[in-house]
Amino acid sequence: MIYINEINAAGKIAVDDTILVKDVPATAGSKMLENFKPLFSAEAVERLEKAGYAVAGKTNVGEFGLDLMGETSYFAPETENGSLVGAAASLVASGKVKAALNVDLNGAPRRAAAVSCVDFIKPTYGTVSRYGIIACACSGEQIGVTAKNADDAKEILSVIAGHDSKDGTSLPAEKYEYSTEENVAEMKICIAKELYDAASAEVKAKIDGFAESLKKLGAKVEEVSLGMAEQAKTAWQILMSAETTNNLSRFDGVKYGYRTPEYKNIDELYVKSRSESMGFLAKATIIYGSDVLAKAKYEKCYDKSLRIRRIVCDKAREILADYDAILAPACSQVSYKPYDTADAFEKVYEESLFTAIPSITGMPAMVTKGVQLIADSYKESVLLSIAKSVEV
Amino acid sequence: MKYELVIGLETHVELSTDSKLFCSCGGHSSPKEPNDCVCPACSGMPGMLPVTNKHAIELAVKAGFMLNCKINQYTTFDKKSYYYPDLPCAYQITQWFHPICVDGSVQIGERTIGIKQIHVEEDAGKLVHDEATNTSFVDFNRTSVPLIEIVSRPDFRSSDEVIAYLKKLKSSLQFAGISECEEGAMRCDVNISVRPEGSNELGVRSEIKNMSSLSEIKDAIEFEKVRHVDAIERHTEMLVQETRRWDDVKRRTFPMRNKETAADYRYFPDPNLMPIVIDDEWLAEIKASMPATAEEKSGYYEEMGIAAKEAAVLSSDRKLSDMFDDVVAMGRSPKTVASWILTECMGQMKRLELTSLDIEPAKLARIIELVEDGEITRAAGKKVLSAVFENNVDVDKFCEENNLNAKIDNSFILETVRRVIGENDKAVADYKSGKVKAMQSIFGCIMKELKGNGDPAVIRSLLEKELNA
Ligand SMILES: [Zn+2]
Repeated sequence: MIYINEINAAGKIAVDDTILVKDVPATAGSKMLENFKPLFSAEAVERLEKAGYAVAGKTNVGEFGLDLMGETSYFAPETENGSLVGAAASLVASGKVKAALNVDLNGAPRRAAAVSCVDFIKPTYGTVSRYGIIACACSGEQIGVTAKNADDAKEILSVIAGHDSKDGTSLPAEKYEYSTEENVAEMKICIAKELYDAASAEVKAKIDGFAESLKKLGAKVEEVSLGMAEQAKTAWQILMSAETTNNLSRFDGVKYGYRTPEYKNIDELYVKSRSESMGFLAKATIIYGSDVLAKAKYEKCYDKSLRIRRIVCDKAREILADYDAILAPACSQVSYKPYDTADAFEKVYEESLFTAIPSITGMPAMVTKGVQLIADSYKESVLLSIAKSVEV
Repeated sequence: MKYELVIGLETHVELSTDSKLFCSCGGHSSPKEPNDCVCPACSGMPGMLPVTNKHAIELAVKAGFMLNCKINQYTTFDKKSYYYPDLPCAYQITQWFHPICVDGSVQIGERTIGIKQIHVEEDAGKLVHDEATNTSFVDFNRTSVPLIEIVSRPDFRSSDEVIAYLKKLKSSLQFAGISECEEGAMRCDVNISVRPEGSNELGVRSEIKNMSSLSEIKDAIEFEKVRHVDAIERHTEMLVQETRRWDDVKRRTFPMRNKETAADYRYFPDPNLMPIVIDDEWLAEIKASMPATAEEKSGYYEEMGIAAKEAAVLSSDRKLSDMFDDVVAMGRSPKTVASWILTECMGQMKRLELTSLDIEPAKLARIIELVEDGEITRAAGKKVLSAVFENNVDVDKFCEENNLNAKIDNSFILETVRRVIGENDKAVADYKSGKVKAMQSIFGCIMKELKGNGDPAVIRSLLEKELNA
């Protein structure tokens, strides 16, 4: 197998298996791509290598990155003491690699970082090139960095962020300057009421503890009702599933990837190749995504979700005009146990309540000390500074 | 009862861009070997993202101007999903929600044909079936080559109008440099129904897919007309709205498998491509780069003093009018240039069975200049032109090598005549003794010395004068 485990890779960077590295197999955790070798590297990987960083290897992900934190990988999920572990997050936590690049499609690396108590930053949509991601939800997925602390996260993010002409949604700035030194004492932070209320007691305690630390640093902390958390979750589910369905349709057994050994005609080739190579969550997402894009439902599902996206963006911007950051759980629990595959779709949907707002708005989010912080677009430095000042 | 045809056309045309619509692979110029012109993007590899070819957008806007359309300054790309092996991503990027041009019209004689919209989209690949191994192969060379689809309103009432429209579309698109419209690069879907003359209601519609030959389009329309009228009048069949294809061997249309037509394409905006905003400045730039239309050019040529009939021929073909414009710009007089193109060049094209005028304008300009300045005779000019058509020779070098120079002064001829007379005592004596024929052999020697230069009449008179002196 291609994944790094115990090899000595300290100082190197691990890369999620949904991100392409030239000539290194990229499976996206799916049997469909078991033997797929890409012809080129992702832009983020190229930038790292050009800056002198070495790629340690690929880290296991859930199939196409759609799940909670890697449990749906065709190549077996990673667990520890009966609990699920995000592959990249646990490597960073144990110091086996300096940092990791992960695709934040539906919150998986945020949940993994929260559970493993490492930092993960998902930057503003469009600041890091998506060229070279095995794409699912193009309108919201983004490469982010898992690291041991805010300074490492800042260091790696500075290398990979910047305009890329190969990505049509890449923002124009050539470079971004990030800081971990902004003055937290002068900040106003709000706790997202709906997300706080939906979390377990242990998670609530983490939020409370974090809020206390912030107050000690001189920051103002208040509770605020977002008024759009459920809508953001449902709209993102619709957009994410529809785009994923469309992007995964290229995996048809014709050009590369898994092809069923026996078929009578082209339709059978398609159906058998896809049915035999994809797992339950991918299939459920495809069925859901196809349904919301059907002609009869387009208006009231996809199109409506696009309109909700705009409302959620406006609402979030309004809140972030009054506050520097939103403090919220990244997940409902402090750890996850393996569960029955047939529950995967609902389970991920429920958990996406905590992660959907940054995904649907494209705003930056950071997980640190098991909690999530969300800031307005381009305000990564606010997140990094808060994380850094709470670290010490 | 009399019936009338109601026909609408969807015409797909390949745009003349250097690269494909969303990647940097070569564009319309067709490569030789299958899958020669393919990259990870246009073969559907994961990780690649589309980047829009700006030139394709500009050409589509030009087509919009040409067909009197309103240009949508906010336009988007959308995804159309269906599974087929020649479609590597299992979706086609097209324009569904905000097409680039809308509400235009074309004049066909007295009739105005409405244009509903023009949109930009990528082409699909090609399946090649190998009978020997009973295997299908996929060729992605054509995948993602930019197309425009020109959708007309159902304004045609006869197959002749359809053919006239397609011919006009083809020459205008070629003229404006929007499309080469090569064989097979212009494909039509024909929507056809029949109704009693004078009725305002529409009959049951058939769509004949993917036609490219004008004569087949005409035959298919005529066949459908008879089929529809028979169905209405004699109840030969129950008409249903359906997609059909023309079988050129059996000379009739057949319904296509229902499965191919009943698909839900699940259109949605492509999140990888930002909406394109064509601001006023860009729009003005594109407009300024529009070539004059054939009609405008013809009028302009008449103003230059070219006869109406000649002006019409010159402006009807982009290559002819480009040649005329270029050579006139090089300082030759319009009337002379027109005559050279219409008589000499077109004569050469006919002789060599060429369909387009492809010689270098500078060469034609030089030939005309040499003739006008009397450096060579018109007959010699034709000889050079013929050599340019055949072997693309260098004009001045060719004249020199073949001694076509007409301007040799008389003193040089006289000198030669006197020298040759001096060298041919016997012939001179013969001539003087009354053998008139002897002069012919002396004349031959002089011509040989002059290597064919000089006017034979002048030489002969000089020779006679010298001999009789
Ligand atoms: Zn290409």
